[in-house]
Amino acid sequence: MDVFLASIEIIARLDVALALAIGATGGVVIGAIPGVGPAIAIAILLPATFALEPIVGLTLLLGVYGASMFGGAIPAVLINTPGTAVNALTTYDGFPMTRRGEAPRALSLAYGASFCGGIFSVLCFILLAPVLAKVAPMFGSREIFLAALLGMVLVVVAHRGQNMTAGALLCFGIFLQTIGLEPVRYSKRFTFDQTFLASGVDLIVVVLGLFALSQAFVLLIGRDEKTETPDISGGLFSGLREVFRFPKVVLPGAGFGTIMGIIPGVGEFTAQFLSYTLAQKTSKDPSRFGKGAPEGVIASESANNAVPAAAMIPLLALGIPGEALTAMMLSVFYVHNVIPGPNLFRDQPDFVLALYLCLLILNVLALGFLILATKPLLKAIVIPNRFLGMAILTLSFVGVYSLRNSATDCLIAAVFGLLGLVLKRLKLPVVPIILGMVLGGIMETKFRTSLPRIHSPLDFVNRPIAAIIFTMIVIVLAFHIWSLLRARRAKGH
Amino acid sequence: MSEQAERHDLSELIEARHHRAEIVFGIISFAAALILLSQIGNQVTWVKNLRFVQQPGFWPVVAIVGMTIFGAFELYFTWRRNRTHGGGRVLSEVADWARALEYVVWFMAYVFAVPVTGYLPTTMVFCAALTWRIGYRDTRTVLLGVLTGVATVVVFKSLLGVRIPGGAVYEYLPPALRNFMILYF
Repeated sequence: MDVFLASIEIIARLDVALALAIGATGGVVIGAIPGVGPAIAIAILLPATFALEPIVGLTLLLGVYGASMFGGAIPAVLINTPGTAVNALTTYDGFPMTRRGEAPRALSLAYGASFCGGIFSVLCFILLAPVLAKVAPMFGSREIFLAALLGMVLVVVAHRGQNMTAGALLCFGIFLQTIGLEPVRYSKRFTFDQTFLASGVDLIVVVLGLFALSQAFVLLIGRDEKTETPDISGGLFSGLREVFRFPKVVLPGAGFGTIMGIIPGVGEFTAQFLSYTLAQKTSKDPSRFGKGAPEGVIASESANNAVPAAAMIPLLALGIPGEALTAMMLSVFYVHNVIPGPNLFRDQPDFVLALYLCLLILNVLALGFLILATKPLLKAIVIPNRFLGMAILTLSFVGVYSLRNSATDCLIAAVFGLLGLVLKRLKLPVVPIILGMVLGGIMETKFRTSLPRIHSPLDFVNRPIAAIIFTMIVIVLAFHIWSLLRARRAKGH
Repeated sequence: MSEQAERHDLSELIEARHHRAEIVFGIISFAAALILLSQIGNQVTWVKNLRFVQQPGFWPVVAIVGMTIFGAFELYFTWRRNRTHGGGRVLSEVADWARALEYVVWFMAYVFAVPVTGYLPTTMVFCAALTWRIGYRDTRTVLLGVLTGVATVVVFKSLLGVRIPGGAVYEYLPPALRNFMILYF
C-alpha cells in the first residue's frame, strides 16, 4: 500500500499530467497517420525528453508508444492502410466491415479491444510485480548475459525467412557498439584514426537515421496515394460494449500480446498471428474471417495493444529491451542515471509502479480522445506522403542536431537513413541492428564482469536461473531448426 | 469481397517476401564484413599474455565473424532464390535507392545552413523549397510547408528548449532582438 501511495505521489503532478495528455493524444494522431508510426515519433522526441525528468519523459514516450496502436486502427479500418505496421491484421476484417457500411462499429470494436488489451497487460504486470521483485535480484551478470543472448537468438529466430539477414544485421549492430574506446583498457577499436569515431557511434544517431530519416527518404521518393475517407456517421459506443460479448477472443488475444511482449525479440506480429489464428479456429464460422468478422478485429487489436506494457517488463526488471522502442527508452533511463534492472525493482518500486499507473491512465485517455475526436482525425489520414516526408526530414534534424550540435552526427544519421531506406524497400528488418547495439553493449559489460568467476564454459550455467535460460536458448534453437526442417519437408511433398 | 478475403495470407505477417534486389544488399554487406575482417589485426589492440575472451578485440571479432558467416549464407540463399523466383527488377530498385541521395544533399545543406542563417529562417526556407521541389507548386501547400517549419521551431526550440544554436546572422540584429532570436528561434 505504501508503494502504491508513493507511486501516486510521483505521478500526481502537473508536468506528468501534461505528458500523459500530450502522449495519449499525440500518440493517437501519430498512429492515425500512415507512414509515421511510434518508432519515428519516439526517435525524434528522444533528445527533447532528456531535459525532462525521467517519469515525465518516459510517460510521454510510453504515451506515444501505447496510444499509437489505438490510432493506427483508424486508417486500417477506413482506408485499408494500417496506421502502424502492427495494425496490418486489422485491415483484414476492419475494412470489409467499412465496405459493408459498418465503419463506426468496426472502429469502436478496435478501440474497445485495444483498451482491453492495454488494461489487461498493465493489470498482469501489477499482479506480477511482487513476483518480479523477488525474481529480478536473482539475476546476476551471468544471468543477464544469458538473457540478452536469449533475446538475440529470439530476434534472429523470429524473422522467419530472413534469419540470415537478421543475424548479419544483429552482428552489425554488435559491431557498431564496439567502435571507439573500449571500456577497460581504453584502447581504440575500429576508429580508423578518425577523431569522431573515438567516442563511438551514438545509438540515438543510428536510431534517428534508421527510423526517422529512412522513412522520410522512403516517402520523399515515393508517390502520393489518393485516399478518400468514408463518412462515419453514428456513435462509437456500440462496439465498445460488443467487445465484452467476445471474452474468448479478447482474453487470449490480450494474453498472447502480454506473453509475446515479455519475450524479447518476438513482439506484436507473432502475438497477432497467434491471437487471430486461435480466434479463427475456435469460431463457429471460421469462413467469416477475412470478410468482416468482428472477432478478427478484436483478436488483432487486443493482441497488439497488450504488447507495450508487457514489453516494459524485461526492460524494467532486467534492463534488457526486447524491441526497438524499449531500446530507445533505455537511453532515457541512462541519461538520467536511472539504471533499469533488478536494483530498480528493489530500490524504486514506486517509480516502476508509477510508470504502469501512467500506462493505465494513458489507455483511458486514448480511448476517450478517440471517441471524441475520431471524425476530426480523419483529416490526418489523408496527409500526402511526400509532404509527410518533408515534415519528417525537418523533424529529424531537431532529433540529431540537438544532441551535440554536430554536423558529423547528421551525416552519420543520413548514411544510416540510406541504409534504413534500402532495408525498408527490401522489407528487411531494421530492429536487429538496434537490438544488436543495445544487447551487444549489455552482453559485453556483463561478460567482462562475470569473467573473474568463470574458469570453464560450464561455469556460465552452473546457477539455477542461468541453467534455465540456457535450456531455453537450446530449446528455441532446436525448435527453430525442427520447424525449418519440417517446412522444407512439406515443400518437398 | 470474397476474392479479397482469399488473398489474405497470415504467414505474411511473420514471414516477409523477398525482392530480387536483395542480392545487391547481400553482396555489399558481405563485402563490408570481409573488409572489416581484414582489418581486425590493425584496428584493435592485442594485449600479450591475456586470454582471448579478455582481449579488447574479442567482441569486435565475435561481431565481424558473425557478420561474415551470416552474410555468406544470406548471399548464397539470395542468389539461389533469385535463380528460381521472381520478385521485382534489380536495376530499377537500385535506381530508386540512388534517388534518395538527392534528399541526403537537401538534408545536409539544411544542417550546414542552420548555424549560419539561423534555425527559424532556414527552416522556413527549407520547408518551402522542399515542398516546391517534391511537386506541390500551389501557394497554399507551400505556405503549409512554411507553417510546418514554423511549428517545428516553435515547439522544439521555443517551447521545449532543445539545444540548437542561434544563427551567425543574428549577430547583425539589434541587441534586444538578437538575444530573443538566439534564445527562442
